[in-house]
Amino acid sequence: MTSGFKDIDTPCQKPSPALPRISGSEAVIRSFLAEGVDTIFGYPGGAIIPVYDALYDYRDKINHILVRHEQCAVHAAQGYARASGKTGVCIVTSGPGATNTVTGLADAMLDSTPIVLISGQVGSKLLGTDAFQEINFIEITQSVTKWNCQVKRAADLPEALAKAFYIASTGRPGPVVIDITKDAQVGMLDFDYKPVRFIRSYQPQADIDENQILEAARLINFARRPMALIGQGVILGHAEKELCEFLVKSGMPAAATLLGLSALPSDHPQYVGMLGMHGNYAPNIKNRDCDLLVAIGMRFDDRVTGDPSNFGINAKIIHLEIDPAEINKLVYADVPVLGDVKRTLPMITEKISKCDHSAWIDEFRVCYNIEREEIIEPAIERRGPHLRMGEVVDAVARQFDDAILVTDVGQQQMFASRYFRFKRSRSIITSGGLGTMGFGLPAAIGAKIGAPERDVCLFVGDGGLQMTLQELGTIFQSSVPVKIVLMNNGFLGMVRQWQELFYDRRYSFTELTNPDFELIARGNHIPYRCVESHADLDDAIAEMKECPTAFLLEVRVEREENVFPMVPAGMPVNDIRLE
Amino acid sequence: MEKEFIITIFSENKVGLLSQITTVFTHRNVNIESLTTSESAIEGIHKYTITVNNDPEKVENLVKQIEKKIDVLKVFCYTPDEVVLQELALYKVQRSRNVEELVRRHNVRILEIHDDYIVLEKTGHRDEIRALYRMLEPYGVYQFVRSGPVAIIKSRRELLNEYLDYVNERYRRFLALQADGGQE
Repeated sequence: MTSGFKDIDTPCQKPSPALPRISGSEAVIRSFLAEGVDTIFGYPGGAIIPVYDALYDYRDKINHILVRHEQCAVHAAQGYARASGKTGVCIVTSGPGATNTVTGLADAMLDSTPIVLISGQVGSKLLGTDAFQEINFIEITQSVTKWNCQVKRAADLPEALAKAFYIASTGRPGPVVIDITKDAQVGMLDFDYKPVRFIRSYQPQADIDENQILEAARLINFARRPMALIGQGVILGHAEKELCEFLVKSGMPAAATLLGLSALPSDHPQYVGMLGMHGNYAPNIKNRDCDLLVAIGMRFDDRVTGDPSNFGINAKIIHLEIDPAEINKLVYADVPVLGDVKRTLPMITEKISKCDHSAWIDEFRVCYNIEREEIIEPAIERRGPHLRMGEVVDAVARQFDDAILVTDVGQQQMFASRYFRFKRSRSIITSGGLGTMGFGLPAAIGAKIGAPERDVCLFVGDGGLQMTLQELGTIFQSSVPVKIVLMNNGFLGMVRQWQELFYDRRYSFTELTNPDFELIARGNHIPYRCVESHADLDDAIAEMKECPTAFLLEVRVEREENVFPMVPAGMPVNDIRLE
Repeated sequence: MEKEFIITIFSENKVGLLSQITTVFTHRNVNIESLTTSESAIEGIHKYTITVNNDPEKVENLVKQIEKKIDVLKVFCYTPDEVVLQELALYKVQRSRNVEELVRRHNVRILEIHDDYIVLEKTGHRDEIRALYRMLEPYGVYQFVRSGPVAIIKSRRELLNEYLDYVNERYRRFLALQADGGQE
């Protein structure tokens, strides 16, 4: 394996007799330590036993979380990475252990989460023979990884791992797989770890084009009705402060994508809500009125744009983006500004003049008031025969003031992201791009381990919880105090909503006959409470908050509630429906 | 509107890279018309030449997605008028007086002569190769193979070398930064 740069002479490395001679497996663990890894999510198996054997001697330095299914090792590592800002690390075995991770890798790929996954592989002599638990994992993970690599010699491991950590965490982050044959794990090498900071075929950040900065500043200075669209790029780039400074000087209103939530505090005076299909009314309905959209680290996902040809139809678009492949992919950028927003935003801020758009922001407030009256207040008020998801989220948010919100996928995800309140960055962890049901529970485990000082609140439906239910065992074994709010409506609620609205109420296989969640919680030694009435809600939440361990709060909610507002799929965003 | 494009890709010589590249095409439902691959003029750098017929916008996105692959150095995209395209074809044809006349008229090389067949080689543009095939067809073509086109650009600028100079420059800057204790 070579990544070295050949065109420039570098001084020859003389073999040093002082280098420790260790096994490939130990080299994996020592490479982790060199990269500052202190937490691993994994599951042992035949082809990865040597690495686990090496790990046994490092239990005091590395916290290994034994999950119950390899998919959840990746989701937990995602939660860990997104809560802590570090790279999530997983170890799994070959064959089924490896294939089980594909959903997690795909999720991390679409949501740009830095993950390094080590998979075991059969011995190199057996490769291609359909050996026991052999699968061509490199081929399988081609389209769900940022980079992958098979290592067949122990001596190649340090460089492969150094590249893996560099690639996963730089530029637009993503998952990387290193597939290690068993003979490479047991082979010996002279260990010498050098972090990689340069790969000639990989440029994590484009050179910044001053002209584009000037052009962007010019458009911003001339705009009368601009809006900023905040994406996860702000969080990934640690550019929250730069964003605030830009917004304060430019004076423009700002909306966030689902993954961009919490980059700006919910109570910021220029914050006008969430974009997208179930986002807030104002940023959707005002899209057509904008004369300038400043997209900051976001990728114009179809759940955000609806019909992309109608998105910002009267606006010029400035696209600040780290990944050149996102420019003009879905929406044409009049001014593309390539580079990390941490660097490009301040350059633009410096060039713009101080501006006041308060009259324009007031127009968003008018729309917000319509939404508040027609949607928000009815959703969170404590009335009617049944509890509803909006009021549950609102009640939880009141008591969990500065918690990390983790959601599963579906109606509870939309209610939670709409009605939770964010005070600081990295406060929402949700599966946006892939929309993976079952993501929530393992991601919450990882989030709590990545940010132990913060409360972690998971909202999950009865469908999604049962997809990765076995992780309650992980919570018990590893004592992870996550707070689980189960919104039980006995339906796959989001699909049922679509069936109601677009398929003539033909509820085809969306109704669930559920197990007794109390018995399941008790079986996993997790404190449990069920709440069915408005009167008990606050007390139940308080009990959950005070509980020092994990807690499962089952909330029996209205069976057929719908999430509104809603932009029907593929329609222009200003066709947003309030009912 | 669909147009023909010639995409040349320069990459590190890494196992499995061809499948990474073709995945980009299949993922976006773009049909590869032809694909040739070999080592480039620079040692250690591999070259792929791919021709496609598609919308310019779609091809632009495709090029960026290929370039995003970590082990890909650089991708260039050309229209047919920007390059000299040549293709090699072999024809295994039944021997006859008519065939021998065609050989003389069309500047075709004879590679092998047997009692009952001859093997012909024709280098040229795709259309010429097809035209010769049509002319030979009535006399019995046993086998016909084509190499797929290779391309050389007409511009005087050597874009790959320019790109490698740029990479060199980036590496020098990186080393300088490292010496100062910073990171790229």
